[in-house]
Amino acid sequence: MPAPIAPLRISAYTVTSAAGPGKAALHAALRDGRSALSPNDFGPTPLATWIGRVAGVESTPLPAPLAAWECRNNRLAWLGLNGDAFIDAVHSARERHGAARVAVVLGTSTSSIGATEDAYRHLDDRGGFPAGNRNPRVHTPHSLADFVHAALDLEGPCVTVSTACSSSAKVFATAERMLRLGLVDAAVVGGVDTLCGSVLFGFNALQLVSPEPCRPFDADRSGISIGEAAGFALVERDDGAEAALRLIGYGESSDAHHMSTPHPEGLGAERALDDALARAGIDATAVDHINLHGTASAKNDEVEAALVARRFPASTHASSTKGITGHTLGAAGIVEAAASLLAIEHGIRPGTVNTRVLDAACGPQIRIDAVRAPVRVALSNSFGFGGSNCVLVFAGADADGQA
Amino acid sequence: MIRDAPEAAGIASAQGRAVNGPSPGGTFHVEGIAFWAPTLPGWAAARAAFRGDAEPLATPAKRPAPEILAPAERRRAPDTVALALEVAGAAVRESGLDAATLPSVFTSAHGDLAVNDYMCTTLASQPTLISPTKFHNSVHNAAAGYWTIATGCHAASTALTAFDASFGAGLLEAASQCLADATPVLLVAFDVEATGALASVTASAGMLACALVLAPRASERTVATFDWSLASGANRSPGLRSAAARSLGGNAMAGALPFLEAMALASDGGARAVDAPSAAAAAASISLPLTRSLAIVLAPRPSAHAAARAT
Repeated sequence: MPAPIAPLRISAYTVTSAAGPGKAALHAALRDGRSALSPNDFGPTPLATWIGRVAGVESTPLPAPLAAWECRNNRLAWLGLNGDAFIDAVHSARERHGAARVAVVLGTSTSSIGATEDAYRHLDDRGGFPAGNRNPRVHTPHSLADFVHAALDLEGPCVTVSTACSSSAKVFATAERMLRLGLVDAAVVGGVDTLCGSVLFGFNALQLVSPEPCRPFDADRSGISIGEAAGFALVERDDGAEAALRLIGYGESSDAHHMSTPHPEGLGAERALDDALARAGIDATAVDHINLHGTASAKNDEVEAALVARRFPASTHASSTKGITGHTLGAAGIVEAAASLLAIEHGIRPGTVNTRVLDAACGPQIRIDAVRAPVRVALSNSFGFGGSNCVLVFAGADADGQA
Repeated sequence: MIRDAPEAAGIASAQGRAVNGPSPGGTFHVEGIAFWAPTLPGWAAARAAFRGDAEPLATPAKRPAPEILAPAERRRAPDTVALALEVAGAAVRESGLDAATLPSVFTSAHGDLAVNDYMCTTLASQPTLISPTKFHNSVHNAAAGYWTIATGCHAASTALTAFDASFGAGLLEAASQCLADATPVLLVAFDVEATGALASVTASAGMLACALVLAPRASERTVATFDWSLASGANRSPGLRSAAARSLGGNAMAGALPFLEAMALASDGGARAVDAPSAAAAAASISLPLTRSLAIVLAPRPSAHAAARAT
């Protein structure tokens, strides 16, 4: 078991999803149990499915000094960065610590592959990329962190974590290590993934895409709804003054089972859970709320429901927010970290939107309806292709998890 | 500039809660190293060529068929997976450690460019005919996934990219895990040739892969030891000493070559005494760019074996 870690302060965070720009929009959707999914209208030949699409991406070009990074994913990143005065918080950290002491660690699954897909639809007469869409720093998975590093004018380490749907959860672990070792004094973590052909048609090929709005943990669930989102958090070492919001633990593991199907007994997920609780120095009874991975795929929800049922008390309130935002893939980790932080800040335990009848595999922990109740400790689960798992543990100021 | 980074710092951080205040970096010991390129298919060949003792192959080798994969998968696996698992398997074998319990860091600038070319080509023509297998092979952590499946490894595994700084970023993550959690860590770095229309914007030639097993403490398996730290200031990738390394400079993972040359000089194969210029080069620290203004600086410690022989 890993040793406990010192908590990290979450100095600022923001999230932009189909629910709208900024934290307030996601908070309202969590509170009201409102789905932000809509019929798929993305791309030249849309599949019959539902998506979580962010409004305004097309009409918000990057500012001129950043135009070299122009693509849909970096536009969404820019929209996201402009939420909740996040840029001001980063600039303040840069002033306090120095630009070289602030890292950028971001997660994405497909980054700007949408721009590469566009180029392939408009190749020039020599079979090359068309003029105006040839920046090599766009057509590569590091495009996102490279762009954000430049946009925030930072000089610390800059790396992209790309482990499919656990990407922007694992960024907290990488940042925690950098902070613990004193390599940096602050880190911008988070992630961005935009809708693109690769994921819509790819998940369709795997027969994982639902023709209706996704219904996580429903007995009659029929697959996932793909979404897009941008989210960021500024993390720093806790200086001792009780921070209102803290990351107190994380666990990372591998299923070692299959590229696109979870381990049938949830072995990897349970190991990530155990490591997360050990780093937080708490046991499962201290967890008030779990933001589940809960994609509404048949297999994920079955395995995750069984894990929650055998490991948590009935008092733990567990739910999936993917019926609100869709599955935002590489951004799911940060979107659901933000949902967990909102749950702590506002004393709300979100429900599982769109779901009507819970699967028989669900224990009493998994709830359809949101309730108002304090959340001191919240867990967020993120599981991805390749069997990549990450569990995060967040706490509010009055949590006794670190006692 | 290298600040002294005593091993005690690593041990203290590993045992406890947080290290408070700045810590300059740490130390890692290389317990296993592997390399593969078509003209240098294996670390023994690469090491000799990077030391100037041998020439690369005139006839490039075929892509590796890693024993760790089932025979059918050896043929079907994307190039990146075959390359990555070949070097990962060789480095872990040399380390004598159990692959099933070893955390791993995979780094690649671009991932599998041939799979990306397939995905984008198919999406532009017949999107509903995308192969589900190619889709799950298109994730950047495909090699990490196949590795953990093949070895039954449930430990943490990550997949990174930092464009032309991908090797430095991977080394930083692996060295950080090694130091922060006092655990050996496998680092695997690879890139392949750009194909199709992508080649009009993405520069990457040939195949290049290397793997290292980093350990927090020295052992009888230690082949080289480095003190590491971060340093600010304008930087660029250090030059390459050998024609063999320069011949691989077109691959997107070429950023690993300065470190691999240092390894070739620092690691003592026991074959012969190193000459004076090589000894001086072996003692020089190298600086790998992380961003335009930040680098990870690696200072080799004198080889214990070489020191023993000198006395």
